[in-house]
Amino acid sequence: MESYTVNDLAPVARQIRKEIIKMVYAAKSGHPGGSLSITDVLTALYFKEMNINPAKPDDPSRDILVMSKGHASPALYAALSLRGYFPAELLSGFRSINSKLEGHVHRGIPGVESSTGSLGQGLGVAIGFALASKLDGRNNRIYAILGDGEMEEGNIWESLLAGSKYRLGNLTAILDRNRIQLDGFTEDIMPLGNVAEKVKPFGWDVITIDGNSLNEVVNALEQAKKPREKPLFIVANTIKGKGVSYMENNPKYHGSPPANEEEYIQALKEIEEMQ
Amino acid sequence: MQKIERMESLRDAYGNELAALGEKNKDIVVLDADLSSSTKTGIFGKKFPDRFYNMGISEQSMVSTAAGLSLSGKTVFASTFAVFLSNTYNVIRQSICYNEAPVNFVVTHSGITVGEDGPTHQILEDVGIMSGLPNMKVIVPVDSIETVSVIDYLSEKKTSPYYVRLTREKFPVLNEKNYEFNEGKSVVFREGSDITIMAYGIMVSFALKASEILKGKGIDARVINMSSIKPLDRAAIVKAAKETGKIVTAEEHSIFNGLGSRVAEVTGEEYPVPILRIGMPDIFGKSGKGMELFDYFHIGVNDIVEKTDKFFKREYI
Repeated sequence: MESYTVNDLAPVARQIRKEIIKMVYAAKSGHPGGSLSITDVLTALYFKEMNINPAKPDDPSRDILVMSKGHASPALYAALSLRGYFPAELLSGFRSINSKLEGHVHRGIPGVESSTGSLGQGLGVAIGFALASKLDGRNNRIYAILGDGEMEEGNIWESLLAGSKYRLGNLTAILDRNRIQLDGFTEDIMPLGNVAEKVKPFGWDVITIDGNSLNEVVNALEQAKKPREKPLFIVANTIKGKGVSYMENNPKYHGSPPANEEEYIQALKEIEEMQ
Repeated sequence: MQKIERMESLRDAYGNELAALGEKNKDIVVLDADLSSSTKTGIFGKKFPDRFYNMGISEQSMVSTAAGLSLSGKTVFASTFAVFLSNTYNVIRQSICYNEAPVNFVVTHSGITVGEDGPTHQILEDVGIMSGLPNMKVIVPVDSIETVSVIDYLSEKKTSPYYVRLTREKFPVLNEKNYEFNEGKSVVFREGSDITIMAYGIMVSFALKASEILKGKGIDARVINMSSIKPLDRAAIVKAAKETGKIVTAEEHSIFNGLGSRVAEVTGEEYPVPILRIGMPDIFGKSGKGMELFDYFHIGVNDIVEKTDKFFKREYI
């Protein structure tokens, strides 16, 4: 896995995006928009940056990722499956009664570290992992992926305080700043504004990047690995629905699959043609 | 001559035992939410500052963080006042129970014995809230000795989370020093054949006092400590139903979703008998001295006597 270069990641990201579309279309439900926006970040983490071994999912020295925005389950499940945690055939059962792939992220699935779906909890859980890692003197890294709608949850801000208090230099939070939540645009529903400038005074290092640029994501994650005194917060500016024109920046596709066969085929075709 | 009661604090017992266990068990970590001098986790905190996390008045963050520590293999105790833990119901539901994270929540200041602080602080619904969560187990120690035994038990690796309900007030010591808590088992404190009073917490000592008065009225009441609310000792309930015909439940809690409800569920399924639920009737508490409030709300010793007497004599067609 270490042999993956940034150039190798683009086809993986395309494959994850296709799987997302296939999963939500087969299930006739699910959350494609926020899955497509975070795909590049997940690709860089699971295929280049994280120290993990799918054959040893419980290895104490592994890096740990908590997908706090648990509705991005299609993206996480696709990434885990392509990375070798479980067979790709299982993806087609997503959200169906005979499948283990629950609608939101579930810890019973190989590679998943914490169940999420009800928002706001994952950063605190990641802090727990980071504290345990520090206490035991491990050198692993802990990652939490947050949604920008999720930033409206009070628990996130409580946890930002705690991350700073305990100087968790082993913790990286990545914000999927796609600017859309279920009811519409974040800046209309509950303006988050300049989130970098809000998080900084909470005592975190903050980097802002284009979260759909694999180059920028990889660079930021490399910086995250440098020894640091504070936890790191990466604001990843992304496009909700990235890669599928009719889904991009469209709140409708926060929680709706392609509406018909035509939309489905178009989505797969457009993803195939992504650079 | 009446025996003089020895009163001991359950939270002192908790704090001291936790600090003692921390000595040999390095896996123990403790979290609190700015109440460590009241919950007594501060004793552990002073001794083992590296394994003690004061999360501030941020209960949701405390519970989320407890989940991560627990999933990392730590033996986690998390404490605050009972009423404040209920802020975090859905965090407990998802990050603890659904995650199967075996965190031990040991909460203090439950019920009306909180006293002067009043209704905002007197939670009377928590046993119901917590019992309803899949994977969660619920224990209410009756005295300082049972508290120590429960904490010892929870310091060994567990596979599910626990909710242990303690109080602000000192409670009478009812158990012998060598008592050992047995999950899912109740303890008969007084044998009796006419009626059974099932209780937990302070209400066990009240029920014992009531049973002495009832004896004078010719009623031989069995008194059982139901400290293990979930899992529940179903066998003891069915046995009481069969042998004494009527059951009274007594709890410092709402009569909804507490012990009374659980006992009625079991008898309803296994061996229907009349049940009288003594507890708070769907109302909030009030300020006052902790022990005065039981008479005020008609759930004190004399009320248990009167209600049990009436219930015992009542004929059902």
